[in-house]
Amino acid sequence: MSELSVWERIEIVHHKGRPTVRDYIPMIFEEFYEMHGDRLFGDDGAITGGIARLGGIPVTFIGQVKGRDIEENKKTNFSMPHPEGYRKALRLAKQAEKFHRPVICFIDTPGAFCGVQAEERGQGEAIARNLFEFSTLKTPIISVVLGEGGSGGALALGVCDELAMLENATYSVISPRGFASILWKDASREKEAAEIMHITADDLQRLGVCEQIIPEPSGGAHNNPQQMAENLSEYLGDAVQRLLKKDIANLLDSRYNKFRKIGMFSEPQAGK
Amino acid sequence: MLEDLFKVVKSRMDDKAPAEKGKKVSIPSDLLFKCPRCKNVMFMDDFIGSAKVCSECGYHSRLSARERLDMTIDKGSFVEYDRDMTSLNPIGFPDYEEKIASLQQKTGLLEAVVTGECTIRRHPCVIVVMDSRFMMASMGSVVGEKITRAFENATEKGLPIVVFAASGGARMQEGIVSLMQMAKTSAAAKRHSDAGYLYITVLTDPTTGGVEASFASLGDIILAEPKVLVGFAGRRVIEDTIKQRLPDEFQSAEFQLEHGFADMIVERSKMRRTLSKLLKLHEKDGGLA
Repeated sequence: MSELSVWERIEIVHHKGRPTVRDYIPMIFEEFYEMHGDRLFGDDGAITGGIARLGGIPVTFIGQVKGRDIEENKKTNFSMPHPEGYRKALRLAKQAEKFHRPVICFIDTPGAFCGVQAEERGQGEAIARNLFEFSTLKTPIISVVLGEGGSGGALALGVCDELAMLENATYSVISPRGFASILWKDASREKEAAEIMHITADDLQRLGVCEQIIPEPSGGAHNNPQQMAENLSEYLGDAVQRLLKKDIANLLDSRYNKFRKIGMFSEPQAGK
Repeated sequence: MLEDLFKVVKSRMDDKAPAEKGKKVSIPSDLLFKCPRCKNVMFMDDFIGSAKVCSECGYHSRLSARERLDMTIDKGSFVEYDRDMTSLNPIGFPDYEEKIASLQQKTGLLEAVVTGECTIRRHPCVIVVMDSRFMMASMGSVVGEKITRAFENATEKGLPIVVFAASGGARMQEGIVSLMQMAKTSAAAKRHSDAGYLYITVLTDPTTGGVEASFASLGDIILAEPKVLVGFAGRRVIEDTIKQRLPDEFQSAEFQLEHGFADMIVERSKMRRTLSKLLKLHEKDGGLA
């Protein structure tokens, strides 16, 4: 598996049969209740969320929804959330904090939606607010990149204590296509961009962004969704138990430092 | 996102004046200023004399960090933080070092943000000024780290912070590392906020992408200069999606005010005074002690 090229992984992630958060939820949780709306504007189909039970423990889940067909994609806007989606996520996260339930975020989006209404309703503010609030949310947060983690729209569900990625998942500041188009003025060089961008789970583990890689069945998650769900369950069950044992002050300090230490720069001998 | 900004300005200049196409008069850029918003042409001396504000439409054009500091803070009060921090190349992007070096040469800056402590009409604060001449003030490791430290210093010293935001967004050349700076700076802003200190954001031209979607949108008070561009997605990206040309005021400071994402639009000539008054209101006993 590990010999796959970046492009082959991207193809696996975009495979029509790749399981989505809607496939995993009933397989991972013993029971779940979906909740709706941000209490401010509306209900965004691109983000699902609710309360569930994982290995007996109550948890809050939040996830970006890739559609499996055209009908579903119409409802989920191809998994590109509007501000109300991010605000629904924040509402549910705050509720989880109140009842001290761990939060599990499933990331799977090409990015936040770029449109007129999204701008009018403050797409940037909605993402920023999540980064701000999740950074001190007083309950464990685990984020899992299921397929595609695209830009700020992914990061809005990615401020967490532990970030896991499925083996073939990618996480990037922009799509390889956008990268090639902006930096080289040539979108057709997307394969080349994908190779140099460092977007695979291995790359991100090396860069200190990702803590855990969850193995996929041979050939990709679509080949055996049941097996994939079991691997996911096993990881999540373990992570929830582990993070619940930490006291909150410690947990928040480690969460702060997880992001605090990311960055590469040089500084000639200290001295301001 | 970055390059978009240039293209938008250019293409809007072009399609606004179709008759002029082909017989374009070249304007010596050191003598005249042509407003990218209303196309008004001003003598450079007048433009500079009016603090780089268009006399016709009031567009507040871009300033260097040095110009911004000179017109905002008390003379001699600035103590710079982390002046010598420079970029590395986290994902080994081709020619990144060369690009940085040539911009350092051109701008006299080592990176796209200047941070430090100062007083504004004798009110102390930490100040952050982004400089769009340096790779459109995109946020990579250095910008993220310097801004994070500015928030941390302010928290430690119990100082308010004023951030003049300007940016094309995350710095693509640093890959995922640049995206993570959004989380890092926002978390530092949260700690400053939880400690009970004031954060004032000033949105200047342009504030977009990953910077608009992180610390720039998180001020207790959000000010904006007139007519500047503020938004999340690149205008061209949206126009491509909806196959329509967007109105000029879309994503302007005025648009943000109307939609509830900015508190006040403040002209450059009143900025120093406004900031000092707001700082004073948040001092012990409302600054009257």
